[in-house]
Amino acid sequence: MKISLDQFDKAFENRIRLQIMSVLVANEYYDFNSLKELLEVTDGNLASHLKALEKEEYITVNKTFVGRKPNTQYTASEKGRTAFEKHLKALENLIRQQKQ
Amino acid sequence: MIEKDIYSEISSIRDLMERSTKFISLSGLSGILAGVYALIGAFISFKIVYQNNPDPLLYRDHYVNETLILTKLFVVAMTVLVLSLTTGIWLTIRKAKKKNQNFWNTGSRNLLINMAIPLLTGGLFILILLFRGSYEAIAPACLIFYGLALVAGSHYTFTDVKWLGICEILLGLLTALLPGYGLIFWTIGFGLLHILYGTIMHFKYDR
Repeated sequence: MKISLDQFDKAFENRIRLQIMSVLVANEYYDFNSLKELLEVTDGNLASHLKALEKEEYITVNKTFVGRKPNTQYTASEKGRTAFEKHLKALENLIRQQKQ
Repeated sequence: MIEKDIYSEISSIRDLMERSTKFISLSGLSGILAGVYALIGAFISFKIVYQNNPDPLLYRDHYVNETLILTKLFVVAMTVLVLSLTTGIWLTIRKAKKKNQNFWNTGSRNLLINMAIPLLTGGLFILILLFRGSYEAIAPACLIFYGLALVAGSHYTFTDVKWLGICEILLGLLTALLPGYGLIFWTIGFGLLHILYGTIMHFKYDR
Protein backbone atom coordinates (compact mmCIF):
# COMPACT_ATOMS: atom_id res chain seq x y z
CA MET A 1 0.00 0.00 0.00
CA LYS A 2 1.37 3.37 -0.99
CA ILE A 3 0.55 6.31 1.17
CA SER A 4 1.42 9.83 0.27
CA LEU A 5 3.08 11.00 3.45
CA ASP A 6 4.35 14.17 1.83
CA GLN A 7 1.00 15.85 2.47
CA PHE A 8 1.44 15.49 6.21
CA ASP A 9 2.68 18.58 7.92
CA LYS A 10 6.00 18.03 9.68
CA ALA A 11 4.99 20.51 12.36
CA PHE A 12 2.02 18.32 13.28
CA GLU A 13 3.96 15.08 13.53
CA ASN A 14 4.01 15.61 17.23
CA ARG A 15 0.69 14.80 18.84
CA ILE A 16 0.77 17.67 21.32
CA ARG A 17 1.39 20.21 18.56
CA LEU A 18 -1.61 18.90 16.67
CA GLN A 19 -3.66 19.07 19.84
CA ILE A 20 -2.60 22.66 20.53
CA MET A 21 -3.59 23.57 16.98
CA SER A 22 -7.02 21.90 17.32
CA VAL A 23 -7.75 24.00 20.39
CA LEU A 24 -6.57 27.24 18.79
CA VAL A 25 -8.53 26.64 15.59
CA ALA A 26 -11.73 26.09 17.59
CA ASN A 27 -11.27 29.17 19.77
CA GLU A 28 -10.67 32.85 19.17
CA TYR A 29 -7.68 32.63 21.53
CA TYR A 30 -6.48 30.46 24.40
CA ASP A 31 -4.11 31.24 27.25
CA PHE A 32 -1.12 29.25 28.41
CA ASN A 33 -2.52 27.97 31.69
CA SER A 34 -5.84 26.86 30.20
CA LEU A 35 -3.95 25.00 27.47
CA LYS A 36 -1.72 23.33 30.03
CA GLU A 37 -4.72 22.18 32.03
CA LEU A 38 -6.64 20.95 29.00
CA LEU A 39 -3.77 19.00 27.45
CA GLU A 40 -2.37 17.80 30.78
CA VAL A 41 1.23 18.58 29.91
CA THR A 42 4.08 20.20 31.83
CA ASP A 43 5.04 23.88 31.51
CA GLY A 44 8.31 23.17 29.74
CA ASN A 45 6.83 20.65 27.35
CA LEU A 46 3.99 22.96 26.34
CA ALA A 47 6.30 25.97 26.00
CA SER A 48 8.68 24.15 23.66
CA HIS A 49 5.85 22.98 21.40
CA LEU A 50 4.32 26.44 21.37
CA LYS A 51 7.68 27.88 20.42
CA ALA A 52 7.94 25.42 17.54
CA LEU A 53 4.51 26.40 16.24
CA GLU A 54 5.38 30.06 16.65
CA LYS A 55 8.55 29.53 14.62
CA GLU A 56 6.44 28.08 11.79
CA GLU A 57 4.25 31.20 12.09
CA TYR A 58 1.24 28.97 12.70
CA ILE A 59 0.33 30.82 15.86
CA THR A 60 0.71 34.33 17.14
CA VAL A 61 1.54 35.24 20.71
CA ASN A 62 0.06 38.07 22.68
CA LYS A 63 1.57 38.82 26.06
CA THR A 64 -0.51 40.80 28.50
CA PHE A 65 -0.74 41.22 32.24
CA VAL A 66 -3.70 40.44 34.46
CA GLY A 67 -2.88 42.54 37.48
CA ARG A 68 0.76 41.62 37.99
CA LYS A 69 0.51 38.10 36.62
CA PRO A 70 1.66 37.54 33.07
CA ASN A 71 -1.05 36.15 30.84
CA THR A 72 0.05 34.83 27.47
CA GLN A 73 -2.60 34.32 24.83
CA TYR A 74 -2.18 32.30 21.68
CA THR A 75 -4.09 32.70 18.44
CA ALA A 76 -4.03 30.52 15.34
CA SER A 77 -2.76 32.49 12.34
CA GLU A 78 -4.27 32.25 8.87
CA LYS A 79 -1.26 30.21 7.80
CA GLY A 80 -1.74 27.89 10.76
CA ARG A 81 -5.43 27.37 10.02
CA THR A 82 -4.73 26.51 6.39
CA ALA A 83 -1.97 24.09 7.40
CA PHE A 84 -4.24 22.45 9.98
CA GLU A 85 -7.04 21.98 7.45
CA LYS A 86 -4.61 20.53 4.94
CA HIS A 87 -3.32 18.11 7.54
CA LEU A 88 -6.85 16.97 8.40
CA LYS A 89 -7.61 16.51 4.69
CA ALA A 90 -4.51 14.35 4.40
CA LEU A 91 -5.66 12.22 7.34
CA GLU A 92 -9.09 11.86 5.71
CA ASN A 93 -7.54 10.85 2.40
CA LEU A 94 -5.44 8.28 4.15
CA ILE A 95 -8.51 6.65 5.65
CA ARG A 96 -10.29 6.73 2.30
CA GLN A 97 -7.32 5.12 0.57
CA GLN A 98 -7.16 2.33 3.09
CA LYS A 99 -10.84 1.59 2.71
CA GLN A 100 -10.47 0.91 -0.98
CA MET B 1 0.41 4.69 10.44
CA ILE B 2 -2.34 2.17 11.16
CA GLU B 3 -5.96 3.04 10.48
CA LYS B 4 -6.84 2.76 14.16
CA ASP B 5 -4.24 5.37 15.05
CA ILE B 6 -5.67 7.85 12.59
CA TYR B 7 -9.15 7.33 13.95
CA SER B 8 -7.97 7.88 17.52
CA GLU B 9 -6.05 10.96 16.33
CA ILE B 10 -9.12 12.42 14.66
CA SER B 11 -11.40 11.63 17.59
CA SER B 12 -8.91 13.21 19.98
CA ILE B 13 -8.91 16.36 17.82
CA ARG B 14 -12.70 16.46 17.83
CA ASP B 15 -12.81 15.85 21.58
CA LEU B 16 -10.33 18.66 22.25
CA MET B 17 -12.18 21.10 20.02
CA GLU B 18 -15.37 20.42 21.91
CA ARG B 19 -13.85 20.38 25.39
CA SER B 20 -11.92 23.59 24.75
CA THR B 21 -14.98 25.57 23.65
CA LYS B 22 -17.82 24.07 25.64
CA PHE B 23 -18.51 23.46 29.27
CA ILE B 24 -20.05 20.01 29.38
CA SER B 25 -20.23 19.31 33.09
CA LEU B 26 -23.67 20.85 33.58
CA SER B 27 -25.64 18.50 35.74
CA GLY B 28 -29.02 17.24 34.54
CA LEU B 29 -30.06 16.47 38.10
CA SER B 30 -29.73 20.14 39.04
CA GLY B 31 -32.29 20.96 36.33
CA ILE B 32 -34.75 18.49 37.84
CA LEU B 33 -34.21 19.89 41.34
CA ALA B 34 -34.59 23.49 40.11
CA GLY B 35 -37.90 22.43 38.57
CA VAL B 36 -39.02 20.84 41.83
CA TYR B 37 -38.12 23.98 43.82
CA ALA B 38 -40.06 26.06 41.29
CA LEU B 39 -43.10 23.80 41.64
CA ILE B 40 -43.01 24.09 45.43
CA GLY B 41 -42.55 27.84 45.13
CA ALA B 42 -45.44 28.04 42.68
CA PHE B 43 -47.66 26.02 45.01
CA ILE B 44 -46.93 28.41 47.89
CA SER B 45 -47.53 31.38 45.56
CA PHE B 46 -50.88 29.94 44.48
CA LYS B 47 -51.83 29.76 48.15
CA ILE B 48 -50.73 33.35 48.70
CA VAL B 49 -52.43 34.81 45.62
CA TYR B 50 -55.63 32.81 45.72
CA GLN B 51 -56.22 32.76 49.45
CA ASN B 52 -59.55 34.52 48.97
CA ASN B 53 -60.33 32.94 45.63
CA PRO B 54 -61.16 29.24 45.60
CA ASP B 55 -60.73 28.59 41.88
CA PRO B 56 -57.14 29.20 40.67
CA LEU B 57 -58.00 28.52 37.04
CA LEU B 58 -60.53 31.34 36.99
CA TYR B 59 -59.28 34.23 34.88
CA ARG B 60 -58.32 37.18 37.00
CA ASP B 61 -59.32 40.58 35.68
CA HIS B 62 -57.29 42.36 38.34
CA TYR B 63 -53.59 42.20 39.05
CA VAL B 64 -52.08 41.33 42.36
CA ASN B 65 -51.10 44.65 43.86
CA GLU B 66 -51.33 44.45 47.61
CA THR B 67 -47.95 45.19 49.14
CA LEU B 68 -48.05 42.32 51.63
CA ILE B 69 -48.84 39.74 48.95
CA LEU B 70 -46.18 41.17 46.65
CA THR B 71 -43.56 41.02 49.38
CA LYS B 72 -44.43 37.40 50.13
CA LEU B 73 -44.24 36.49 46.43
CA PHE B 74 -40.92 38.28 46.10
CA VAL B 75 -39.46 36.33 49.03
CA VAL B 76 -40.73 33.02 47.57
CA ALA B 77 -39.27 33.81 44.14
CA MET B 78 -35.91 34.81 45.61
CA THR B 79 -35.75 31.65 47.74
CA VAL B 80 -36.43 29.49 44.69
CA LEU B 81 -33.77 31.37 42.71
CA VAL B 82 -31.08 31.10 45.41
CA LEU B 83 -31.84 27.41 46.11
CA SER B 84 -31.76 26.54 42.39
CA LEU B 85 -28.46 28.38 41.81
CA THR B 86 -26.79 26.84 44.86
CA THR B 87 -27.88 23.31 43.96
CA GLY B 88 -26.95 23.84 40.32
CA ILE B 89 -23.46 25.12 41.11
CA TRP B 90 -22.86 22.44 43.74
CA LEU B 91 -23.95 19.52 41.53
CA THR B 92 -22.04 20.92 38.55
CA ILE B 93 -18.81 21.23 40.53
CA ARG B 94 -19.35 17.67 41.76
CA LYS B 95 -19.86 16.38 38.23
CA ALA B 96 -16.79 18.25 36.95
CA LYS B 97 -14.69 16.75 39.75
CA LYS B 98 -15.97 13.28 38.95
CA LYS B 99 -14.96 13.71 35.33
CA ASN B 100 -11.61 15.11 36.45
CA GLN B 101 -12.30 18.44 34.80
CA ASN B 102 -11.65 21.84 36.16
CA PHE B 103 -14.84 23.66 37.11
CA TRP B 104 -13.41 27.05 36.22
CA ASN B 105 -12.16 26.89 32.63
CA THR B 106 -12.55 28.83 29.40
CA GLY B 107 -15.84 27.06 28.68
CA SER B 108 -17.50 27.81 32.00
CA ARG B 109 -16.19 31.37 31.96
CA ASN B 110 -17.68 32.01 28.52
CA LEU B 111 -20.91 30.32 29.57
CA LEU B 112 -21.28 32.53 32.65
CA ILE B 113 -20.38 35.79 30.92
CA ASN B 114 -22.74 35.16 28.03
CA MET B 115 -25.62 34.20 30.30
CA ALA B 116 -24.96 37.02 32.75
CA ILE B 117 -25.61 39.80 30.23
CA PRO B 118 -29.27 38.93 29.43
CA LEU B 119 -29.86 37.72 33.00
CA LEU B 120 -28.64 40.91 34.69
CA THR B 121 -30.45 43.06 32.14
CA GLY B 122 -33.62 41.06 32.82
CA GLY B 123 -33.14 41.25 36.58
CA LEU B 124 -32.74 45.02 36.52
CA PHE B 125 -35.65 45.38 34.11
CA ILE B 126 -37.90 43.35 36.42
CA LEU B 127 -36.83 45.43 39.43
CA ILE B 128 -37.71 48.58 37.48
CA LEU B 129 -41.11 47.06 36.60
CA LEU B 130 -41.64 46.29 40.30
CA PHE B 131 -40.85 49.86 41.34
CA ARG B 132 -43.02 51.31 38.65
CA GLY B 133 -45.87 48.99 39.51
CA SER B 134 -46.15 47.36 36.07
CA TYR B 135 -46.79 43.99 37.66
CA GLU B 136 -48.42 42.32 34.68
CA ALA B 137 -45.17 42.41 32.69
CA ILE B 138 -43.07 40.68 35.35
CA ALA B 139 -44.00 37.05 34.67
CA PRO B 140 -43.41 37.29 30.89
CA ALA B 141 -40.17 39.27 31.43
CA CYS B 142 -38.82 36.53 33.76
CA LEU B 143 -39.46 33.84 31.16
CA ILE B 144 -38.29 35.84 28.13
CA PHE B 145 -35.02 37.07 29.63
CA TYR B 146 -34.26 33.65 31.12
CA GLY B 147 -34.89 32.09 27.70
CA LEU B 148 -32.61 34.64 26.02
CA ALA B 149 -29.88 33.90 28.57
CA LEU B 150 -30.15 30.18 27.85
CA VAL B 151 -29.94 30.70 24.09
CA ALA B 152 -26.91 32.97 24.54
CA GLY B 153 -25.19 30.47 26.84
CA SER B 154 -26.01 27.43 24.74
CA HIS B 155 -23.08 28.09 22.38
CA TYR B 156 -20.76 27.23 25.25
CA THR B 157 -22.45 24.07 26.50
CA PHE B 158 -24.82 21.34 25.32
CA THR B 159 -26.91 22.42 22.32
CA ASP B 160 -30.01 21.08 24.13
CA VAL B 161 -29.93 24.19 26.31
CA LYS B 162 -30.84 26.27 23.26
CA TRP B 163 -34.14 24.40 22.84
CA LEU B 164 -35.00 24.91 26.49
CA GLY B 165 -34.28 28.62 25.95
CA ILE B 166 -36.51 28.85 22.89
CA CYS B 167 -39.36 27.12 24.75
CA GLU B 168 -38.98 29.62 27.63
CA ILE B 169 -39.08 32.58 25.21
CA LEU B 170 -42.23 31.29 23.45
CA LEU B 171 -43.86 30.65 26.81
CA GLY B 172 -42.92 34.16 27.92
CA LEU B 173 -44.54 35.70 24.85
CA LEU B 174 -47.67 33.63 25.46
CA THR B 175 -47.70 34.88 29.05
CA ALA B 176 -47.61 38.44 27.78
CA LEU B 177 -50.68 37.69 25.67
CA LEU B 178 -52.59 36.23 28.62
CA PRO B 179 -51.55 38.34 31.61
CA GLY B 180 -54.03 36.80 34.06
CA TYR B 181 -52.36 33.41 33.84
CA GLY B 182 -48.82 34.55 34.73
CA LEU B 183 -48.38 32.18 37.63
CA ILE B 184 -49.53 29.15 35.65
CA PHE B 185 -47.11 29.87 32.79
CA TRP B 186 -44.40 30.60 35.30
CA THR B 187 -45.04 27.16 36.82
CA ILE B 188 -44.83 25.49 33.41
CA GLY B 189 -41.69 27.41 32.39
CA PHE B 190 -39.63 27.15 35.54
CA GLY B 191 -41.13 23.97 36.97
CA LEU B 192 -42.26 21.50 34.34
CA LEU B 193 -39.82 22.51 31.57
CA HIS B 194 -36.85 22.27 33.95
CA ILE B 195 -37.89 18.82 35.12
CA LEU B 196 -38.41 17.66 31.53
CA TYR B 197 -35.09 19.15 30.41
CA GLY B 198 -33.19 17.83 33.45
CA THR B 199 -34.55 14.33 32.91
CA ILE B 200 -33.54 14.33 29.24
CA MET B 201 -30.06 15.63 30.08
CA HIS B 202 -29.62 13.15 32.91
CA PHE B 203 -30.38 10.14 30.73
CA LYS B 204 -28.50 11.52 27.73
CA TYR B 205 -25.22 12.58 29.37
CA ASP B 206 -24.99 11.77 33.05
CA ARG B 207 -25.19 8.01 32.97
